[in-house]
Amino acid sequence: MLLEQILFFVAAGGAIAGALGVVVLRNPFFSVLALVGHLLALAVLFLLLRAEFLAAAQIVVYAGAVMVLYVFVVAYVGGIEEPLGSSAGPLRVLGPVFAAALLVEVAIATVGSGLRAVDSTGPDVAAGFGSPQAIGNLLMLRFLIAFEMASYLLLVAAVAAVVLAQRRRGLEEAGGERFSQVGRRPERGPQAEDPAAAGTGSPGASPVTEREPADGTGPAEREPATAGTSASREG
Amino acid sequence: MGIAWFVVLSAFIFCIGAAGVLTRRNPLVILLCLELMLNAGNLALIAFARASGNGDGQVFALIVMVVAACEVVIGLGLIVAMYRRKLPIDADQMSELRG
Amino acid sequence: MTPVSWGWVVLLLPLAGTIGIALGWRALPGRSAGWLGSVTVGLSFLAGIGMYLTLEELPHEERRLVGSAFRYIGTDTVDVDLAILADPLSTFMVLVVSGVSFLIHVYSVSYLGSDRGYARFFAYLNFFVFSMLLLVLAANFVLLIVGWAFVGAASYLLISFWYRRDTATSAGIKAFVINVIGDVALVVAAFLILNELGTLDYLGAFEAVREVPHDEGVLVATCLLLLVGAFAKSGQIPLHTWLPDAMEGPTPVSALIHAATMVTAGVYLIARCHPLFERAPTAAAIGAVIGTLTLVFAATVALVATDLKRIIAYSTISQIGYMVLGVTAFAYSAGLFHLMTHAFFKALLFMGAGSVVSALGMTNESIDRMGGFRKAMPFTFVTFTIGAAALASFPLLSGFFSKDEVIAYALHRGGIYSVLGIVAYAAALLTAFYAFRMVFRVFFGEPVPEAQQLAEGELAHVGPRNPLTGEEEDTDVGFPGPEHHIAEHSWSMKAPMAVLAVLAVVGGVVAIPGLTHGVETFLEPTFAESEFIADKPAPADQLKDLAIGGVLALLGIAAAYLVYIRRPGLARSARERLRPVHSFFAHKWYFDELYDRAFVRPSRGLGRFGRTTVERVLVQGAIVGGATGVVRAGTALARSIQTGYLRAYALLLLAGVCALALYFLIASG
Repeated sequence: MLLEQILFFVAAGGAIAGALGVVVLRNPFFSVLALVGHLLALAVLFLLLRAEFLAAAQIVVYAGAVMVLYVFVVAYVGGIEEPLGSSAGPLRVLGPVFAAALLVEVAIATVGSGLRAVDSTGPDVAAGFGSPQAIGNLLMLRFLIAFEMASYLLLVAAVAAVVLAQRRRGLEEAGGERFSQVGRRPERGPQAEDPAAAGTGSPGASPVTEREPADGTGPAEREPATAGTSASREG
Repeated sequence: MGIAWFVVLSAFIFCIGAAGVLTRRNPLVILLCLELMLNAGNLALIAFARASGNGDGQVFALIVMVVAACEVVIGLGLIVAMYRRKLPIDADQMSELRG
Repeated sequence: MTPVSWGWVVLLLPLAGTIGIALGWRALPGRSAGWLGSVTVGLSFLAGIGMYLTLEELPHEERRLVGSAFRYIGTDTVDVDLAILADPLSTFMVLVVSGVSFLIHVYSVSYLGSDRGYARFFAYLNFFVFSMLLLVLAANFVLLIVGWAFVGAASYLLISFWYRRDTATSAGIKAFVINVIGDVALVVAAFLILNELGTLDYLGAFEAVREVPHDEGVLVATCLLLLVGAFAKSGQIPLHTWLPDAMEGPTPVSALIHAATMVTAGVYLIARCHPLFERAPTAAAIGAVIGTLTLVFAATVALVATDLKRIIAYSTISQIGYMVLGVTAFAYSAGLFHLMTHAFFKALLFMGAGSVVSALGMTNESIDRMGGFRKAMPFTFVTFTIGAAALASFPLLSGFFSKDEVIAYALHRGGIYSVLGIVAYAAALLTAFYAFRMVFRVFFGEPVPEAQQLAEGELAHVGPRNPLTGEEEDTDVGFPGPEHHIAEHSWSMKAPMAVLAVLAVVGGVVAIPGLTHGVETFLEPTFAESEFIADKPAPADQLKDLAIGGVLALLGIAAAYLVYIRRPGLARSARERLRPVHSFFAHKWYFDELYDRAFVRPSRGLGRFGRTTVERVLVQGAIVGGATGVVRAGTALARSIQTGYLRAYALLLLAGVCALALYFLIASG
């Protein structure tokens, strides 16, 4: 009992700290790390609630795969290091206000309304509650369609991600000169010419094909082509 | 610990996530805050699964996790596409869908 | 064959003529459309004679036969059949209408021979005859109103026959609008009759009014409405302004519609509804007063008018005033007899006028430009003079017997009718004067150039022009044809005129007081239940009144001779000395100006108001503009929320969730 309570408070503290870190920290990379910590704390809370399989899934899938993906993207894209208090005027105040209002309402709803089920710790459950067997059973027997749908969804998302992130010929020149990015890494400069030189290359085969024109054709394009090739291999 | 604790904690995390969505400009961080909110919802689901004694809530939470993963993938793909087209990664400057 | 079957034949022949000509006019060569139209109406007249003969075979009490084709409305409260009534009054009207129509059809074959709309004219004319026959043969008020409306439509079509002339189309519209007022009054009267008497059948309604005493107020109202309808159709004050303008139509149209047939429909109506009028003597008296007022008014205007056809038109108005006086004084046979003789001599006068106008190349109808046609157009001169003499009640001609008989009855009736009779005598003097004013101005005096040309054998060909306004026209469809026909040159014009001239002379023999009672005895079965049928002036009184009328006619003719032949300057000096009076008469007692101010200008102002204020401000501005404005404002409001800022949307979402949660919180606790 006591262990449980201590564990709860520790994990809760960790979760809240992680959440606050996500919101408050300016560098997006640090926000990602804060979220990872939050997820781990949440896994502990899941364990407290007898959801072993989900705790494991949380760590392996969520913290392990999704967050790693996040890290990759943050490293690639970077994003702005926002100065503190950078939000537009009214949103700075209204956002937290409404969030606090919602918190108060839910708190009143759960605690103040006197729901009997909420106050208890729940019924005594069997030993296998929350185990992989139990979850598997439910997935295969009662929630089969949801399971299949979820698989579909994953497939669609994967395909969509590939399509979204595809290099499109010509489009990048069009969108290139209109905006400039704050805080961009300087070696992106020659990258601006990269699409012009790489315009002939097909997406997947760009590292391979680009060597040939660099070797074969136009001496004037050789320098930026090689620089472009190296730069594209970075991305 | 009574379930109420878990539910209130979940609400707390949810609201922190909501405030984060509203106050941050970097779309990546906004997505992270969305993850926060989803996780808070998962916590609440699992708490109620424990409270009712059957595992339906846990399966629900699992599916939510799947959906969150998909959503993250798409969102990140969008951000990468935006980055590739040299658009600013800033939610306030992406305002062309106005009436 | 029974009278009713003859009646159906009478009715359907002109209808067949119309449809045949209208549908097959391309296949009809040359002038055959005209002959076809004439033949159908001629056969209709013969069928009318058949109707007359078979009716005469029946005993008096049975001379009212109704033949029904089918039940048009069959309900609990009212039954209306498509039925015709074969009785002496309708037979009389059928004979007059079909007979005179036949003669005018024959006249038109030649008169409109070169008109591009030849077949159309005869289709319209046959349709008119059909409608008029329907009107007089109807056995109930519904069919009467149908015939009434058709006749109005036919009149409009025929007045605007030369439709490319603006003056003609305006005249057609004017006639139609005023006729509609009458139509409405007639329909309301029919409603009142249905309400009060319970049926729309003539025989049923009249029996009902005879047997049960009814509220006299309702009967007076009904009769007044019937009078309004009758006056609109017959051109009595104040609904007369359309008739002179209707002279825009071709002369045969004026002869047929505005002399012999359509304008007599009002008189027929009053005669047919005599049981109602006899029980509403107030209405009859009002009718008589208006009729007399009209006959004086029209006579004064005819004194000073200069357009030949319009003089004759005013004469028509005046003579119908006599007929109205007759039937509202309950002297039915006298009034209807005058209807018959008037048809003869008025149609004859119009035919003659048509011939004269043709001689002037149809560019002019003013008697100021006419003179001395006596030598150039002898036949026209003789027939026209006979017509004018009959109009003037020259002794022993048909008009003499009919018009003065009306006055005799009026004087005999007593009370207000006597006063009206004396006024009618005064107007008779004026009638004789203006009738021979026409004769002397047109046919006597210095021959005008056209007359001289014609005397040498050459018909004047002046360029096509509107006779009223003088504007240039052409001779294509919608305008008169290029050739002008005068009576001397075409026998199809001469024959009808000759027939009518003979009838105008001898027509009076059927009703010589004390000797022959042809009209009276024939019409008696229809008016048998009238309480006035036996109340006749003694033959001696009638002869006295006739003699007074004859003397007045001769005086009028002598006066006209004096003014126009012996002392030509007298007319001009009289005009100078009595300038305001002359002006008042020449402006037709300012009726047109009055109506213009009272009705036309307010309507136009209302239309303008509608166009500018109602249309522009209210509809376009408030309703259309307002509606779109509200929608635009609403959408602008909605659009302002779409800022494009992601986080603003998120904020709204969160705020909405908070509000929802608050609601549930409050609602549940």
